[in-house]
Amino acid sequence: MSLIAENISVSLGRARILHDLSFQARPGQLTAIVGPNGSGKTTLLRALTGELPHQGRITLGGADLAGMSVEELASRRAVLSQFAALSFPFTVAEVVRIGLQARGERAEAPVPAALAAVGLPGFAGRLYQQLSGGEQQRVQLARVLAQVWHPLDRYGARWLMLDEPVSSLDIAHQLTVMRLAADYARRGGGVVAVMHDLNLTAMFAHHVVLMARGLVLARGRPDQVLTDVALTDAYGCSLRVNTPPPQGTWILPHTAA
Amino acid sequence: MVAISPDLPLAGDRSQRGRRLALLLALTLAVTALVSLGWGASGTSLTRAVSDALAGRELAVQDRVVLLDIRLPRILMGALVGASLAVSGAVMQGLFRNPLADPGIVGVGAGAGLGAILAIVLGGLLPPALAGLFGWYLVPVAAFFGGWLTTLALYRIATRQGRTSVATMLLAGIALAAILSAVAGLLILRATDAQLRDLTFWGLGSLAGANWPKLAAAAPIMLLALLYAPSLARGLNALALGEAAAGHVGIRVQRVKNRAVLTAAAATGAAVAVSGGIAFVGIVVPHLLRLASGPDHRWLLVNSGLLGAVVLLLADMASRTAVAPAELPIGIVTAMLGGPFFLWILLRNRGVLEL
Repeated sequence: MSLIAENISVSLGRARILHDLSFQARPGQLTAIVGPNGSGKTTLLRALTGELPHQGRITLGGADLAGMSVEELASRRAVLSQFAALSFPFTVAEVVRIGLQARGERAEAPVPAALAAVGLPGFAGRLYQQLSGGEQQRVQLARVLAQVWHPLDRYGARWLMLDEPVSSLDIAHQLTVMRLAADYARRGGGVVAVMHDLNLTAMFAHHVVLMARGLVLARGRPDQVLTDVALTDAYGCSLRVNTPPPQGTWILPHTAA
Repeated sequence: MVAISPDLPLAGDRSQRGRRLALLLALTLAVTALVSLGWGASGTSLTRAVSDALAGRELAVQDRVVLLDIRLPRILMGALVGASLAVSGAVMQGLFRNPLADPGIVGVGAGAGLGAILAIVLGGLLPPALAGLFGWYLVPVAAFFGGWLTTLALYRIATRQGRTSVATMLLAGIALAAILSAVAGLLILRATDAQLRDLTFWGLGSLAGANWPKLAAAAPIMLLALLYAPSLARGLNALALGEAAAGHVGIRVQRVKNRAVLTAAAATGAAVAVSGGIAFVGIVVPHLLRLASGPDHRWLLVNSGLLGAVVLLLADMASRTAVAPAELPIGIVTAMLGGPFFLWILLRNRGVLEL
């Protein structure tokens, strides 16, 4: 049930964003895509969701993404995008339901359970547009989670594909969301997350893909990929990886004193 | 609106409220239609006619004509036009993800209008045999095609590589409406005095011309669009999340958009053909309903149809009797009530709407 991209290229307009890139993510793992702004992380994620036309082949559990219907895709993976505008005054419960409704009302996830999982119990009746940015982001995550509530179904693993899931959250909720994603993977589901926070990545990811300039610079276990040399090269600023026991890895900018 | 009643199965789920509202509106529509049947400037009374009929007496000729040949087709027409305008408004707003979108804004109304004006002004130039063939169908069919062609042109302009840009569509709609109105203006210059009177009255919006043949020509189109619209509900709900997210939850976005445009064009075209420019029903009705039971299209579309019909029947009653024995065009009534209401929406939402 792996998610595999083989030599894919993606162009947006005239600009070629991804160049002959290969990628692999396994169910049971949290795969993080990291890299500087404009390195193609989001474009790669959008290609992996089946949203963007691409050259090359992307397969999900052996099946070519290009040959899957939108309904089929929706039952295999759910997607959290970076920008989540909502145009009408829906309540939180109604927003979470939309993803289920679209596939025919089989209320798969108890809406309250999905909201509790993202730390928003009791928010069901609130109007989405009146929430803070961080709360809205977590409602969207609850919607995405509800769409693929069970990490495994009879067809195999299902996938959470998250574009910067913690970008506007406070530190406590960053941890809530990362634990939730890691737990989804632990229960057999697949998770692909575009991340900016290298420390959270080091803490939670099982597999890291480091991108720059539309290319994959390195991929592998966090301790293999998150190194001084690779990060400094990718981000263009001096970074130092510290691994003090027993806390794990810290990544700090290196400034000459 | 914000307060959630405690008896709902889940906080924030307003479908119960939508269902109750639908029931209430259906009852209101039935009552309004009955009252409207007995309402008018002539002395004909519904109760007298009913008691006559129950007593087995023959209806007075005048009563029968007024009730069955004047008021009944007019009421059916009013209800269908009101429902069509409100439902196409709700559909367009869902499609454009903007509570202020309206068929009038994207040029569908202007296209339908030009079709109707063409039929009125140039219809006389048709060979009599051909004109006779079309009969009552000429104006509605021309308006319908006008609305349809405008929508297709709009779509061509705003769609690139299978994706429709909402902003381009709104702006192109404004440009198209301007061009179409200019052409309509040229035609009006060539119109005879009698045609000019027809056009003016039609342009103000009126149900005065309603009769059975006209109804038979326009009703099937409106009914078809009204019955089809609710099946767009799930797609429109998902579109509220944005096109990409709607695709991610399993909606065939392009198909939903195509069908929404066709539904709105058909309903608007037919309604404009028989009633002219009746403004604001398409904006005001869905907006009120969103305040009452939320934006879920599964109930919004159904309830818009019902409330749109009620609103137009009420406006028509006012237009029939306000300046009796003369008649106020219904478009004036809806504009006088709807215009200020529309401004109130704008002022209330200042800063909230992304326009």
